[in-house]
Amino acid sequence: MGKSLFQKVWDAHTVGTLADGRTQLFIGTHLIHEVTSPQAFGMLRDLGLKVKFPQRTFATVDHIVPTIDQDAPQDPLAAEMMQALRKNADDFGVTYFDLASGKQGIVHVVGPEQGITQPGTTIACGDSHTATHGAFGAIAFGIGTTQVRDVLASQTLALEALKVRRIEVNGGLRPGVYAKDVILHIIRLLGANGGIGFAYEYAGDVFDRMSMEERMTVCNMSIEGGARCGYVNPDAKTVAYLHGRPYVDMSNFDATAARWLSFASDPDAHYDDIVRINAADIEPTVTWGISPDHGIAISENIPDPAKAATPLAKASIEEALAYMKLPAGTPIKGVKIDVAFIGSCTNGRLSDFREVAKYIQGHKVAPGVKAIVVPGSQIVAIQAEQEGLDKIFTEAGFEWRGAGCSMCLAMNPDKLVGDQLCASSSNRNFKGRQGSPTGRTVLMSPVMVAAAAINGHISDARELFHIEKTAAVA
Amino acid sequence: MALEPVKQVTGRAVFIPGADIDTDRIIPARFMKCVTFDGLGEFAFYDVRFNPDTGEKTEHPLNDERFKGASILVAGVNFGCGSSREHAPQSLRKYGFNGIIAESFAEIFFGNSTTLAMPCVIASAADVAKLRDAVEADPALEVTIDVDALKVSTSGGLEFPVTMPDSARDALISGRWDPIQELLDNDQSIEAKARELHYV
Repeated sequence: MGKSLFQKVWDAHTVGTLADGRTQLFIGTHLIHEVTSPQAFGMLRDLGLKVKFPQRTFATVDHIVPTIDQDAPQDPLAAEMMQALRKNADDFGVTYFDLASGKQGIVHVVGPEQGITQPGTTIACGDSHTATHGAFGAIAFGIGTTQVRDVLASQTLALEALKVRRIEVNGGLRPGVYAKDVILHIIRLLGANGGIGFAYEYAGDVFDRMSMEERMTVCNMSIEGGARCGYVNPDAKTVAYLHGRPYVDMSNFDATAARWLSFASDPDAHYDDIVRINAADIEPTVTWGISPDHGIAISENIPDPAKAATPLAKASIEEALAYMKLPAGTPIKGVKIDVAFIGSCTNGRLSDFREVAKYIQGHKVAPGVKAIVVPGSQIVAIQAEQEGLDKIFTEAGFEWRGAGCSMCLAMNPDKLVGDQLCASSSNRNFKGRQGSPTGRTVLMSPVMVAAAAINGHISDARELFHIEKTAAVA
Repeated sequence: MALEPVKQVTGRAVFIPGADIDTDRIIPARFMKCVTFDGLGEFAFYDVRFNPDTGEKTEHPLNDERFKGASILVAGVNFGCGSSREHAPQSLRKYGFNGIIAESFAEIFFGNSTTLAMPCVIASAADVAKLRDAVEADPALEVTIDVDALKVSTSGGLEFPVTMPDSARDALISGRWDPIQELLDNDQSIEAKARELHYV
């Protein structure tokens, strides 16, 4: 019996077994940001501990950064958090991609961009979307702040091994169906809690054909399906993406690449569960409620609690519709929006902006809709600007901003107001997620967000943009 | 590091309805603009405890005088999903909760809570419903989570089994819920592993 990538990486990083039976796992790469790290450094100071391997921790600032005048937060609490990260990085000797470095951005965009994210590694970060790095065949997961302390102090964590569920998606995706739709569809099928106890291995020809950035979109939202981590096996695309990046050792690259590829799951690997999905069944998918598994195809109607299978499901639909102020049993298409947000660690990369820019020329954002585009990193911003994408967005009426997490969780000034409804390329539609306790979020792909912004209501981008001929994942 | 073993916790209980209660709900992101965990208790469930428009208290169970001082939280499936923010269990701990009984927990939340010596035990939907009915009928009931024996009992005579991973149970009852010292003690093995790996 062969091994899955998860088992190989886990075994390669096991330091030992702890008294309570958990594994002490070596964390090869540690990423930190300003929100979940200051208390961990505080604990180190209280305990008189140092950072064990400072070269294995990388910091950036993303959650609280303003997207207009990035380095001048008006909020004194945000300024304090930025200063705390600066001081902690300096005091403990940690590499910090700060605003002046030209490399700042969302931690899950920066890691891959710098080549810090590599196959066969373990990556932890005080952020649940750390699963993103699984796109490279890393075992990457979110941790709490006390665990950030553990990694800083010992470079290890006390963990329980996960089971592995292989999710195979085979066949051709239809034109206008994107990586975002694939993961929203998977979460809809398996539920927001379906992945508890599992790592998700995404396999099949749909993921084989995806670019690295598309794979990141999929792995990013593993946690929305309850899976702490998700990954795609490394292949030639993974190797090509990493070739020449700043933190990749190029001295013996062929051997490095061969080692990376050796972590891919064996053909006879054991899986605790296997799920098979037909790619042709996936439509552009949007959410209608307050949990990421509240997804429907754009052609479908908002669920009707009267038709719910169980009393619990009925109550859940009622709660969600009451919050969303949406009528049961009516089409989701046509629901008016107030705000459009393209960005986040899910969909804030260059390919996302290129794809949207292909379609929006000659169109204008509808009157009354506020539409913002937030690059995932300063490097993404510069590349997009060099290609003239920023001009395409601004000419169409979108605001082009500086890099950060922005309106995904609204810890910076980008927030919904009152019960505004936002078409969003981010990852969570929880109550209050986008900064207003009554704000409403509808998750979708960036191209679908653009269509909603232009029409002023939730739309089928395939109709507005005449997307028929070319498949999104070629 | 000798820590206090957590073999059982006892207190009055409050049921918080709903599936998939996420950590944004438990502690909205705007309250995370802080460099310590102090003071988070008052913001637990803030946006559902107070009407966002008027600032008035809502009908949330935590505003119900009958459940004032409750230290055991009872919930449904996938409690603590979403963001990995430790601010969520920190805020519940500082609000006064010492233990949680739910149908299931999101993993990161579960791990964070264990490290804060706040046991999270899993009960069947039927038993959660029975406990909910019991505490709503008599909010003064004393509820005990017995981590050692893996059962929940009430002063009213209700008793049912609960589960939790062996490692978490062991960590709690043996006073090893904060693993830092044990991790540090294995320094030689950590150094050896670091030398063995091919990266950084």
